[in-house]
Amino acid sequence: MEKVLLSGNEAIARGAYEAGVLVASAYPGTPSTEILENVIRYKEIDASWAPNEKVALEVGIGASFGGARALVTMKHVGVNVAADPLFTLSYTGVRGGLVLVVADDPELHSSQNEQDSRNYAKFSKVPMFEPADSQEALEYTRLAFEAGERFDTPMFLRSTTRISHAKSIVRLGERPADIPQPSLVRDAAKLVMLPANARKRHYVVEERLRQMEEWSCSQSFNRIEKGAGKVGVITAGVAYQYVKEVMPDADVLKIGLVYPLPKQLIRDFAASYETLYVVEELDPYMEEQIRAMGIKVIGKDKLPICGELTPGRIQKALFGKESPLEDNSPELPSRPPNMCPGCPHRGVFMELNRAKAYVTGDIGCYTLGFLPPLSAMDTCVCMGASIGNATGISKVVSEEEQRKVVAVIGDSTFLHTGINGLMDMVYNKSASTVIILDNRITAMTGRQENPTSGYMLNEQETYRVDMEQLCRSVGVEHVKVIDPYNIALTRKTIREEMARPETSVIITTRPCVLVPRDNMDKRMPLYVDHDKCTGCKACLRLGCPAISWDEEKKKSNIDKIICVGCKVCQQTCGFSAFIEYGE
Amino acid sequence: MNDVKNILLAGVGGQGILLASEVLSEVMMMAGMDVKKNEIHGMSQRGGSVTSHVRYGDKVYSSIIPEGEVDILFSFELLETMRYLPLLREGGRVIVNSLKIAPPSVALGKQEYPADLTEEIARRVPGTTIVNGLDLALEAGNPKTVNTVLLGALSNVLDVDKELWLKALNKMVPAKLLDVNLKAFELGCNA
Ligand SMILES: Cc1ncc(C[n+]2csc(CCOP(=O)(O)OP(=O)(O)O)c2C)c(N)n1
Ligand code: SF4
Ligand code: SF4
Repeated sequence: MEKVLLSGNEAIARGAYEAGVLVASAYPGTPSTEILENVIRYKEIDASWAPNEKVALEVGIGASFGGARALVTMKHVGVNVAADPLFTLSYTGVRGGLVLVVADDPELHSSQNEQDSRNYAKFSKVPMFEPADSQEALEYTRLAFEAGERFDTPMFLRSTTRISHAKSIVRLGERPADIPQPSLVRDAAKLVMLPANARKRHYVVEERLRQMEEWSCSQSFNRIEKGAGKVGVITAGVAYQYVKEVMPDADVLKIGLVYPLPKQLIRDFAASYETLYVVEELDPYMEEQIRAMGIKVIGKDKLPICGELTPGRIQKALFGKESPLEDNSPELPSRPPNMCPGCPHRGVFMELNRAKAYVTGDIGCYTLGFLPPLSAMDTCVCMGASIGNATGISKVVSEEEQRKVVAVIGDSTFLHTGINGLMDMVYNKSASTVIILDNRITAMTGRQENPTSGYMLNEQETYRVDMEQLCRSVGVEHVKVIDPYNIALTRKTIREEMARPETSVIITTRPCVLVPRDNMDKRMPLYVDHDKCTGCKACLRLGCPAISWDEEKKKSNIDKIICVGCKVCQQTCGFSAFIEYGE
Repeated sequence: MNDVKNILLAGVGGQGILLASEVLSEVMMMAGMDVKKNEIHGMSQRGGSVTSHVRYGDKVYSSIIPEGEVDILFSFELLETMRYLPLLREGGRVIVNSLKIAPPSVALGKQEYPADLTEEIARRVPGTTIVNGLDLALEAGNPKTVNTVLLGALSNVLDVDKELWLKALNKMVPAKLLDVNLKAFELGCNA
């Protein structure tokens, strides 16, 4: 068998391939994104980006109802969006297996909250596997398809950042040759969830969970590893690895199927120990269920609920051993992320800052407009929220303050869930302004195609949403399309539309600078003519990483290796000091 | 777990740290060891500080290095080296690229880049190896091969056959950049 180093995400993609998956659908989100980007390499699988997680899951459900195995992936907060179909899918069950991969982000490395998706398994009554390394990620993906079809249920596979983005050695298997041919089959009692049918299905769901719990007590994915026999630990997922580091002598019950929990196995294991730990990341999810069984454990009374676990944090919480902290030198300048040199979002935020706008923000690269020196974002809740938030806040503040309210949203986010907010805004006659930063790509998560790109995940050309027509078609009369590299126009348009007592939309049209196919025109970098630079620092308000302040000379400089020649800085300079190379 | 070796790579987004840790992990796997590596993608890539953990040995559990157990801090930038020094184990060593990249607060003239970092690091960790990656990369013919130069310097202190390094580079570097990278690696070995 071939041995390779794979990330958890690559291993899940491989597992789907080996499971004979035919359809994969997803909306990108860190740390789940690379799963689909790897699935697309297997030509046997129809893989595509959906505009949001709800649609992705619905596409997967359709494929499953047709009889194909389907993979759907998303980040933890994506499940909030997909929750509606999820909860009823639990009742219908599946035809072809359906595995929903959810990648949690403890520590919020790249997220707006750290919700623990294991609660969703219990809430929606959808069983859940949780791997602890890449090998298990591959095996559990295959297993999830088998178990799901055997028990007629959708399955969750839960990953976390430290599983999805860690690499470890994996042994590969093969894809089966005999994949059943999907077909239309009518089965209303199972697939049409009207009350009369759904009522009966709920009994099926409860019985299924009971059977799975019993079954899982004897399966090797829930395993006991004997140590010195003194203390017992119940753990799952990445926490298992840390337990093996910190407590090498403990007896460990490693849970592979975290919902439903193998209660009898837990009871039998627990009976042997005076001291029993439950070590899990985020919520006391297993702990609460184990305590409810009347078993005494040490868990979140000592271990942290917030943030990810690490070997050091477990040491400290359970045994009081201090360990050195990362970045414990507050006197060192920090290094936050920044928008790229030439990012088309930058000038818009500089102007919003100048206009003293109250910006209801959204999620994407442009969320970095919150950071200094741009400092122009006042709220950020979830994808699509900017528009509804603007409508709501405009309802309650004075007319003068209303005119300050501007919602800012990216193209991918607008099509994800922003469009509904815009329909509400114009339908219910809010006077707010919406700026859609259309860079034709889902940039934040690493540049995935979306319906504004003109391309699909498989790089084929396709239709492109006409943003202007879309906004007009829902009733917005005032739609302005601008080039955000033109700062005077950007400033004028923002001020005019803010003043307008009706719903208005501004659409910016420059592509993300990191997408080569959208940046074919050659632009020369600029330099600062130090004879003209007066050291006024006006250009520093842009926060372009290519521009830096020379403390000795009291002048600005441009790093020509990273400058992309967008010329936005040139328009901030009152002394014509920014010159294009070759001019 | 005493036989597990821990290498922490540190630097700034865009410096080629992820590729370097990829090559290092591949080499260790080819040398017959269990290997795990871990890093954070996402926000940190837009010019933020980036780390990658590489662990290898007979059997590796955690993919993140237990705090305070870094054997080698392999760093691409001076300030980032300073930031992660506390994670180094006693007797651990540092291999560092003598490069300064100004973080935003410094570029905006709001804070100063700490002075004399090279001396300070060498003072705190005796036997620190300082490599002028950029000069050697330019000598090799491409400023983007700094990460390969540094890998060359790292290979000097690891007990692995040089053949494996060359094999890994052959496998993982795009064909048209291979020659310049092999040259960069060689220059790093001799640094
Ligand atoms: C429900 C949900 N799904 C996915 C994400 C991950 N995510 C964060 S921003 C973003 C999209 C950003 O694209 P866009 O709005 O076009 O802005 P850009 O980054 O291109 O500027 C995604 C998918 C999320 N935060 N929430
Ligand atoms: S990736 Fe694209 S959208 Fe994101 S900061 Fe860079 S240029 Fe801007
Ligand atoms: S032209 Fe100016 S603003 Fe644009 S990337 Fe270059 S330095 Fe930055």
